[in-house]
Amino acid sequence: MMLKNYNFPKKDARLYMSFMYVTFASLLVGGLMGLLQTLSRSGEFQLPFGINYYTILTVHGVILGLVLTTFFIVGFQFALMGKTVGLSDKQRKWAWIAFWTMLVGTIMAAVTILIGEANVLYTFYAPLRAHPAFYIGLALVIVGSWIAVFTNFRQLYVWKKANPGQKSPLLAFMVVINMAMWFIASLGVAISVLVLFIPWSLGYAATINVLLSRTLFWYFGHPLVYFWLLPAYMAWYAIIPKIIGGKLFSDSLARMAFILLLLFSIPVGFHHQLTEPGIDPTWKFIQVVLTFMVVIPSLMTAFSIFATFETTGRRLGHKGLFGWFKNLPWGDVRFFAPFVGMVAFIPGGAGGIVNASHQMNSLIHNTIWVTGHFHLTIATTVILTYFGIAYWLVPHLTGRRLTPRLNKLGIIQTIIWTVGMTIMSTSMHIQGLLGGPRRSDFSNYAGGEQVQTWISYQLAQAVGGTILFIGILLMIYIFIQLAFFAPKGVQEFPIAEEEVDAEPTPKILENWYLWIGITIALILFAYTIPMIDIIKHSPPGSLPFDWPIGRS
Amino acid sequence: MHLHKFEKIWLVFGMASLVLFLLIIGFAAFWKGTHPQSHIETIDPQNVEAHEAFKPENLGLREVADGKYTVNIVASAFNYDFGTDADGKAVKKIRVPKGSTVLFQITTKDVVHGFQVAGTNVNMMVEPGHVSRLETVMKNTGEFTVVCNEYCGVGHHQMFATVEVYE
Ligand code: HEM
Ligand SMILES: [Cu+2]
Ligand SMILES: [Cu+2]
Repeated sequence: MMLKNYNFPKKDARLYMSFMYVTFASLLVGGLMGLLQTLSRSGEFQLPFGINYYTILTVHGVILGLVLTTFFIVGFQFALMGKTVGLSDKQRKWAWIAFWTMLVGTIMAAVTILIGEANVLYTFYAPLRAHPAFYIGLALVIVGSWIAVFTNFRQLYVWKKANPGQKSPLLAFMVVINMAMWFIASLGVAISVLVLFIPWSLGYAATINVLLSRTLFWYFGHPLVYFWLLPAYMAWYAIIPKIIGGKLFSDSLARMAFILLLLFSIPVGFHHQLTEPGIDPTWKFIQVVLTFMVVIPSLMTAFSIFATFETTGRRLGHKGLFGWFKNLPWGDVRFFAPFVGMVAFIPGGAGGIVNASHQMNSLIHNTIWVTGHFHLTIATTVILTYFGIAYWLVPHLTGRRLTPRLNKLGIIQTIIWTVGMTIMSTSMHIQGLLGGPRRSDFSNYAGGEQVQTWISYQLAQAVGGTILFIGILLMIYIFIQLAFFAPKGVQEFPIAEEEVDAEPTPKILENWYLWIGITIALILFAYTIPMIDIIKHSPPGSLPFDWPIGRS
Repeated sequence: MHLHKFEKIWLVFGMASLVLFLLIIGFAAFWKGTHPQSHIETIDPQNVEAHEAFKPENLGLREVADGKYTVNIVASAFNYDFGTDADGKAVKKIRVPKGSTVLFQITTKDVVHGFQVAGTNVNMMVEPGHVSRLETVMKNTGEFTVVCNEYCGVGHHQMFATVEVYE
């Protein structure tokens, strides 16, 4: 059933690689912006050529937060679907349409930002108004990703028809969950961009409802972070066990965890809006409770992963209480990089609990603590797992192999990243607890002791940022080697198999009507009343503002 | 669906902690009144002066009762308007005695801003069309920087003030 030991046809491999080229080009551009941000914020350097800090910050957020992630995810998920359920000629054509639509959108948005017409950051909060091309570009990226969504759905559907009564391959199931979540969530931001922003930015609508646009954005914004995370979970559940020489821990448990993540990913956006006026605090609290339900699949995931490590180690004959741990394949970067990512998720998750707490949030909301938090979660846990995937996926697609030398460079890359991020993220967390704001260029404010302390942590961030950028350069080197220069050969596409005596997976786990139905019911429960409130009690709308972002 | 015994223990323990945790934050929010700022009051962003609190002469600090103060502020890119002092100069610093109860009321004339008295729990989003409001007791002395912590444009990092709490 599993087709894993064949190499993809050239036509397919080229498709998947196209997504990888955009991913790593984005990493280089975005990483350079990150470096410039930390240097500028240190107060020791000035940006050259009069470039505005907020231009580079917008590039960084959009390119890394929206473009890199979406391209990697769509490309990786297409590869997973191709491997587990296959890709027809017609589906390949649609996949290319998805790719080009997303790429055209990205270029439109990027050019608009670079010429200084969209200094609105990746959240583009109204009533700051960017050039319409920025919003249209974003809309194209979303529409392109929807084409990928429906192509993936179709791929599984066709497979199901051809294999009646069989359960879907685990990875294909996971991809479909992630894409279902992405589609339901991105409807919110699509409505916001198409109905609110584009007509308003073109001047057809005089005013915009600010709170409504923010609420639609965050309806999308939280599932966005799960959309980044789930591909990492796919690797943790279904790929890493194979790399360490083991089997799947439990097919049903993995599916259950993904279903719970789907259910509790969307009706929670208010936890990003806890300190906003105009939203009833009771509804904020309800969404906080729903947010915390994510603890359950997270605990399940942690358990499965460590149980796989231990069972595998013991089966391979490693004795003693911790023998299985000592003997994990530490020298294999396909394991090591994602493992560091898992470790980073412990402080990352703990920080998340603080952020989502109804009242602790007031201490850290919009401080640089938040930036420290998501550089642990997205820019470490998720990114290192993506790197861990790229080390085998790229050579598998290009018909090359991960040589021992490149493997070693990968280990060094991971260590550099860990050191740089520990310095940068820790100093961001501390500065945030002391009240230092995020999304801010260097400033002495009113002076005084408090501000001096902030600046000293910003210096530390510049040190961490420089180390991280070296890590990015090394990663780009490894990618280019794997794509064009590594020796020809066969690189395995690792997919873990079930135990021979595994318990059968309950049919109900694949009842899409049921799970999507509950997802929608939860969303309606969490959003209907507050949305009606927001619309019914809306103040006079807001006129657009161009001059604050330097547009004339 | 089969669950390993240790996994059951792990999940039961995890979920019990979760319930306890949620009970604690719920108790603090609904019984101790520590809800985050959620004031429900709208205003015309193009005419904030029509609201009593945001008339130019009512801006800034005023003592409303013994040890009780209100501070009215109008935010705009890239400034906090605390009114003017006796010489007609813009107020950039307010001073309150330790232990006083202070009600901050703020709105914006243009884009979204933040209002944080760094080092305290006073942290609110300020959005056009809405009034943000938070009452707190200033328990610690010192100079606290007021920063705009939501991006509001290219001068965002130049938007600040100071709150001093004295003995
Ligand atoms: C060389 C590595 C990196 C450095 C030095 C770096 C540095 C920074 C800094 C200093 C900020 C905050 C600036 C501010 O609030 O004023 C920031 C924001 C951000 N970073 Fe990074 N970063 C790096 C890598 C990444 C990666 C790999 C990702 C995601 C995949 C990422 C995603 C983001 C996002 C989404 C923001 C928020 C932008 C915003 O608030 O508008 N960063 N980064
Ligand atoms: Cu969130
Ligand atoms: Cu600001």
